[in-house]
Amino acid sequence: MKMLINVPESVVADALRGMAAAHPELTVDVENRVIVRRDAPVAGKVALISGGGSGHEPLHGGFVGPGMLSAACPGEVFTSPVPDQMARAAAAVDSGAGVLFIVKNYTGDVLNFDMAAELAEDEGIRVAKVLVNDDVAVTDSLYTAGRRGVGGTLFVEKIAGAAADEGQPLERVEAIGRQVNENSRSFGVALSACTTPAKGSPTFDLPSGELELGIGIHGEPGRQRRAMMTSGEIAEFAVHAILEDMPPRNPVLVLVNGMGATPLLELYGFNAEVQRVLTERGVTVARTLVGNYVTSLDMAGASVTLCQIDEELLRLWDAPVKTPGLRWGM
Amino acid sequence: MLDADFFRRWMAATSASVDREAERLTALDSPIGDADHGSNLQRGFRAVTATLEKEAPDTPGAVLTLAGRQLISTVGGASGPLYGTLLRRTGKALGDAGEVSEAQFAEALRAGVDAVMTLGGAAPGDKTMIDALVPAVDALDEGGFAAARTAAEEGALATTPLQARKGRASYLGERSIGHQDPGATSSALLVAALAEAAGE
Repeated sequence: MKMLINVPESVVADALRGMAAAHPELTVDVENRVIVRRDAPVAGKVALISGGGSGHEPLHGGFVGPGMLSAACPGEVFTSPVPDQMARAAAAVDSGAGVLFIVKNYTGDVLNFDMAAELAEDEGIRVAKVLVNDDVAVTDSLYTAGRRGVGGTLFVEKIAGAAADEGQPLERVEAIGRQVNENSRSFGVALSACTTPAKGSPTFDLPSGELELGIGIHGEPGRQRRAMMTSGEIAEFAVHAILEDMPPRNPVLVLVNGMGATPLLELYGFNAEVQRVLTERGVTVARTLVGNYVTSLDMAGASVTLCQIDEELLRLWDAPVKTPGLRWGM
Repeated sequence: MLDADFFRRWMAATSASVDREAERLTALDSPIGDADHGSNLQRGFRAVTATLEKEAPDTPGAVLTLAGRQLISTVGGASGPLYGTLLRRTGKALGDAGEVSEAQFAEALRAGVDAVMTLGGAAPGDKTMIDALVPAVDALDEGGFAAARTAAEEGALATTPLQARKGRASYLGERSIGHQDPGATSSALLVAALAEAAGE
């Protein structure tokens, strides 16, 4: 597999150096792997910190900036960062109002963020945590590590980020983050596996003419494999899986997310089908976002995330945001 | 009595053993994980050996606390915090005595294993490192290092028919059955290195 890299070992560091060059509004510590908004700490405001394995760009580093994250901590490809990274980030961004960790529900991420919280608290920093676990494809939560955090992470980071930007206190920003997670559900499909730089070959074998339904974002196989379906059939399968788990009540935010190697032309066509199915199911769509936001390296495919919202959450979603990956209103 | 030098030998023996077995650990991690357990622990214990040489801590508690902190800062993933906590909490429980008895160490190691269970949320039978560590601590109380080694190795072998309920292997559900758990296997290496450090 050809890749636009130097050597696999330096992929994360190279990307951070490039990010630093492209975004002077961010402070990128390449050696310690921490991305911080340059104006941090912002007086009187809660700071949001997220992180995880690399390979999901623009998540999380691309969401650092006013109205969203204060800092992000990238690990090795698909490997969670170490606690020192988040502790360093917390020290850099805490204004005294406390920090909120936004953690995708994977064992490694949870453990490293928990240990980072201990380190930060030892330094007198108040830390709260929101765990994101929106993937409906993991059905047997009692006998697994629980549902995975995927596309809903973007909704949590944006909406909690807006609440923090308004100057809301830590307890309130945490509660809003939890509310967004509890009201978010995702379902993803893969048309191809992805290739990690270290391995150099696809993580699983997916013949042409077949697709994986119910995938995560680490190149792992999904819930089931089927003969290739049309965009409309995939939209029906994904939306039904989500609504089965979360019956529609309120209007929703829709994220139609590319996994990395699916063109926007196809994603917009897929979005048309998602909107059709939602209309058929009587679901009101408040806002829609289409693009590559929570990716899995070069995997082809897409995920759908729905977040049920009220007026307050919609107002926070619409609030200004200025990051490399998401930008409106300022 | 066990002094700081004994615990440095334990860490060095673990590092050598992980070096020898890294490929096997990664191979065990391939069908039910993400094929990096051997290389992650190898990186971690090499860093432990280097930092112990550099900082030269002079009590048993200080050796293990430093080793644990180094693993946490180096490894990432789930195994970094879990192994790091095991050593750090064991070290903390030993306090700042210059020498400790085997019984004191057994008690401290139990505190370390308890901390791992609290952190990871795993219980015996979930197909994790706990399945090697709990039998090892029980055996250490009664029969010393050699008995602990045997118990840990048997515990690791006994994970093969289990279905994983924690960690990334748990997403495989029933497909995790029939594979020996890589974490329990590396835990057995850690316990075996204790017997080696004691010359047993």
